[in-house]
Amino acid sequence: MKLKQLLLTTAMGAAVTLGASGAIAAEVTVMSWGGAYAKSQVEAYHKPFTASTGVEVKSVDADNPAKPIKAQVEAGNVSIDVADVEFSDAVRLCDEGLLETIDASTLPDGTDGSSATDDFIEGALTDCAVANIVWSTVYAYDTTKFSGDKPTTMADFFNLEKFPGKRGLRKAAKANLEMALMADGVAAGDVYDVLGTDAGVERAFAKLDAIKDDVVWWEAGAQAPQILADGEVTMTTAYNGRIFNAAVAEDKPFEIVWDGQILDFDLFVIPKGAPNKKEALEFIQFSTGTKPLAEQAKWISYGPARKSSGPLVGKFNDGKTEMAPHMPTNAANMGNALVNSFEFWADRDTELSERFNAWLNS
Amino acid sequence: MTDTSAASLPGGSPMAESLSPTVDAPLTTVDGTPLREALHKAERQKRWRAFLLVVPLLLFVLITFVTPIAKLLQQSIYNDDFSSNMPNLSQWFVENPDSFGVPQDEAAFEALVLDLQTARENRTQGQIGTRVNYDLSGSRSLFTKSARRAARIEAPYREAILDLDKRWGEDDLWGVMRRASSAYSSSFYLKSLDLAQTPDGEIYQVDKKQQIYVDLFWRTVWMSALITGLCLLLAFPIAHMLATLPLRYSNLLMIMVLLPFWTSLLVRTTSWIALLQSQGVLNDLFVSLGLIGTEGVLTGMLDSLGMADREGRIPLMYNQAGTIIAMTHILLPFMVLPLYSVMKTIPPTYMRAARSLGATQFTAFNKIYFPQTVPGIGAGALLVFILAMGYYITPALVGGAKGTLISNIIAEAMLNWYNWSLAAALGALLLAGVLVLYWLYDRIVGIDNMKLG
Amino acid sequence: MTKIVSRFTGLGGLVLGLFTLTVFAGTGSLGIAFSLFLVFGIPLWAMSDLPAYATRGSWFWNYVYTLICTLIFLFLIAPVLVVIPLSFNAEPYFTFTQKMLSFDPDGYSLRWYDNILKFGMLAPDAPRDSSWFADMWANAQWIRAAKNSVIIGIFSTILATTLGTLAALGLSRPEMPYRRTIMAVLISPMIVPLVIVATGLFFFYSDIGLAHTYVGVIMAHATLGIPFVIITVTATLVGFDHSLTRAAQSLGANDWTTFRQVILPLILPGVISGALFAFVTSFDEVVVVLFVASFDQQTIPRQMWNGIREQISPTILAVATILVLISVALLATVELLRRRSERLRGLSPG
Repeated sequence: MKLKQLLLTTAMGAAVTLGASGAIAAEVTVMSWGGAYAKSQVEAYHKPFTASTGVEVKSVDADNPAKPIKAQVEAGNVSIDVADVEFSDAVRLCDEGLLETIDASTLPDGTDGSSATDDFIEGALTDCAVANIVWSTVYAYDTTKFSGDKPTTMADFFNLEKFPGKRGLRKAAKANLEMALMADGVAAGDVYDVLGTDAGVERAFAKLDAIKDDVVWWEAGAQAPQILADGEVTMTTAYNGRIFNAAVAEDKPFEIVWDGQILDFDLFVIPKGAPNKKEALEFIQFSTGTKPLAEQAKWISYGPARKSSGPLVGKFNDGKTEMAPHMPTNAANMGNALVNSFEFWADRDTELSERFNAWLNS
Repeated sequence: MTDTSAASLPGGSPMAESLSPTVDAPLTTVDGTPLREALHKAERQKRWRAFLLVVPLLLFVLITFVTPIAKLLQQSIYNDDFSSNMPNLSQWFVENPDSFGVPQDEAAFEALVLDLQTARENRTQGQIGTRVNYDLSGSRSLFTKSARRAARIEAPYREAILDLDKRWGEDDLWGVMRRASSAYSSSFYLKSLDLAQTPDGEIYQVDKKQQIYVDLFWRTVWMSALITGLCLLLAFPIAHMLATLPLRYSNLLMIMVLLPFWTSLLVRTTSWIALLQSQGVLNDLFVSLGLIGTEGVLTGMLDSLGMADREGRIPLMYNQAGTIIAMTHILLPFMVLPLYSVMKTIPPTYMRAARSLGATQFTAFNKIYFPQTVPGIGAGALLVFILAMGYYITPALVGGAKGTLISNIIAEAMLNWYNWSLAAALGALLLAGVLVLYWLYDRIVGIDNMKLG
Repeated sequence: MTKIVSRFTGLGGLVLGLFTLTVFAGTGSLGIAFSLFLVFGIPLWAMSDLPAYATRGSWFWNYVYTLICTLIFLFLIAPVLVVIPLSFNAEPYFTFTQKMLSFDPDGYSLRWYDNILKFGMLAPDAPRDSSWFADMWANAQWIRAAKNSVIIGIFSTILATTLGTLAALGLSRPEMPYRRTIMAVLISPMIVPLVIVATGLFFFYSDIGLAHTYVGVIMAHATLGIPFVIITVTATLVGFDHSLTRAAQSLGANDWTTFRQVILPLILPGVISGALFAFVTSFDEVVVVLFVASFDQQTIPRQMWNGIREQISPTILAVATILVLISVALLATVELLRRRSERLRGLSPG
């Protein structure tokens, strides 16, 4: 008898919980990258958006928000309304018909009066996506680990003699191959031409061979500063904003080396069949406005995708750190910068990922 | 004397004799049906009733287990990303089975342009390109680019297309497209075995630097075998101890085997991360013992073996050692339990008898005890080996690059490369291996004898 | 006489071990102390029961054997237990700090347990009034994961136990046709690699619209729990006396009454341990959740998986500690049931 009662109450309790979660009126689910970056979006976009429209924003983290989209769309059960994805993924998903199109003309004008299409940085708007930030893959080191010379160039990352210690790298072909070539003396402008040839691919892998035995591989963005902080590595590649946050907000002795940085956009997309399409579009229109984009830079060192936001970028939320020198797009940091080629990776990702895995396992 | 012995014979012939007179008239039940028939009917009914009890579960498992696996097998040979999105060109391939390489036929190019235009409207050019890209790397952009411009292409199509991009004039591309135009394809299985096909159908091994899957299958096999061996080595002494100690002690010790068994896999893996990290508990312990570290006694030796990092610590995680240690721990109870239940049935008197007949402890063990434990060894080893072959979570978390198994690459193909057919083909091959072992297990051990603590 | 001596050496070993433990702990070399305790203390103590006629050679072999077994048991249990003290670390590290080793209270804290509640809350640092708790209940990620784990666990257990027990009743009847084949099919979810099941389920669920739903996850978990129910229930039915059911029926009980009044009470221990196994299977499962669930169905193991890969903090260890305590409770329940069942069936009280 008691067992019956127990079962009944649990079943009812479960039904109530299940029902309650589906009962919220207006909601939009945004999938992003977690950690300090997701926090910056919550502060700069989600909270003001909820305050002005009354629509609740549910923030969800993923290793890479582009990954679940194909699975969800093909499964016919989409639960994400907005996803924050890299440029190459935005283009790829759009080409495969997995995204809703977004009409750029519906985006609000900049506060300086310029139309959205003029206001966004070149390449920030595509058929299906609206960019919010410019970020970059850089490498950073723990300053306490090197007493004499400090690393300053991409080549230093691959120099184990001069700068001993383990290295952290993202477990993927993308960015690693480009960095290897730049470390091997290829100018940023020539990287994709060289990598387009078989000899270039060989050359990149040969360079990676030099440090292979000393690499700790990371997968999620938050892992990179983590392994650096734990002392598992002395240098690691990372998304620049993550290192900035660890260094400035958490006082970690980390220093970014901008030489050979790889720039990329992050863009908002709406998966095909998103449950709250209308609210999703409203969210994107709101958060890629001049002010929210500038506001986000208060929380993390990623550059806004609108020109009109630039002048509004001020200090970090600690009230003393000037953000401009920490932005990947800052002139001083652009010395030897590479812009990620989505077309190259759309074409060669499969082959190079397999090659990379074969290399990793050999 | 003879009478009594006859009476006590098995089968009891006197009984049979006493029954024999009634055999002449067939036995019937009360309602008149012959007994044989009635019994048959009752038997049949009982069988049906037993079967009916199992039916709901069978149906359930059919839906949630058998069908999904059938679906996986289908996915491994079926991919219609090209054929369903390029209907006209696929039709042309069917109608012209003899054409080889770049066709001279204008109709082929007309079909191609028509399909590209529709693809652009339906936003499927990416799917088509991705499918072709699996077999011919670098061709994805050809489709996305051409589809974007397809609306403006006018007759003559052949010339216009070749003008648009010279890659359309390559024989390889047309060979790959012809193969992709059929939704059924063996190319994913070939790929799973590091093989590929030339446009004219010849199978060859891919370049050494692209080879990955066969190596991983082998690694999965040898690492599983090693883990099984280690489990056996560790399980044997403690199973023996558990089986021979008085109950009040062995029950206590049994908890030490069962607790890990009941503890979450992720908890145990997390613990191993804490223990094995280079800044973790084990390395710290060894450093505090003065064995390793910058001034450790063993550092020099370990370093010369290439087993120490720059701080003199041993890298135990993010490599094969991590996977082997953690998986041995996780699978050890699966070896201890069957061994224990076999050893429990071996009477201790056998060993004592052997010893009293003059056998040394070793001989007694070797000739008397060990042979009797073989069924337990077989059961445990097969079970551990089967389970190890399919492990995913632990290698993913502690295995780094070189300590991952085939399951990890299947998940990678599913979740990261979006190459679902490849994942399915790799999965099907792994499944085949596991089922063979499972069949062996059933043969040798019998599924009924599986025990859980 | 020898026996007394050996018992004395055993005790002596233990005392010596404990002594060195305290001495070295005092000087900070807990590692050395612990090793000595392990190598001499425990085996010598455990061997104190060695029979009087044991020769020096067999004494030596016994010492080695006991030492090896001690080390293996340590290997089995240490990783499960090591997370417990580590979860009270005041520092965000995965290892014992100097302060912890010298038992300085400052080295310990409950911050990671607090973190379990706070992680994901909208206003974690607000004063802890009723609205704080409401916020925690609704938004804290671990709490959400725990709710999902419990919902999915309970429903999949009910499904697996009901269907599994029925089937086990059928399978254990001698007249069951194709018994072996059916058994092999029903046990196979335990054998087939999870990645394969999960991949297949994803394809299939995508076709029929069950992907990313609670029902889908519950059905998948029930399938994974079924082998355990079948194994435990058929094991209880092995010694089952079928004349009891015949007796009940001859006394006029119908099938249902026979089941309720005669069969169920006898097999209940097996059914309950099967149910517990099924629950633990679901409670611990992550691969299927990874493939066929969305973040709405995030469970505790799924959240741990994220945590381990992304932000390794001792919060994970705090969660792990709680899970260890839960498994201790479950193990104790199953052990009690097993003994009860063996008593019922007149077997030795194991």
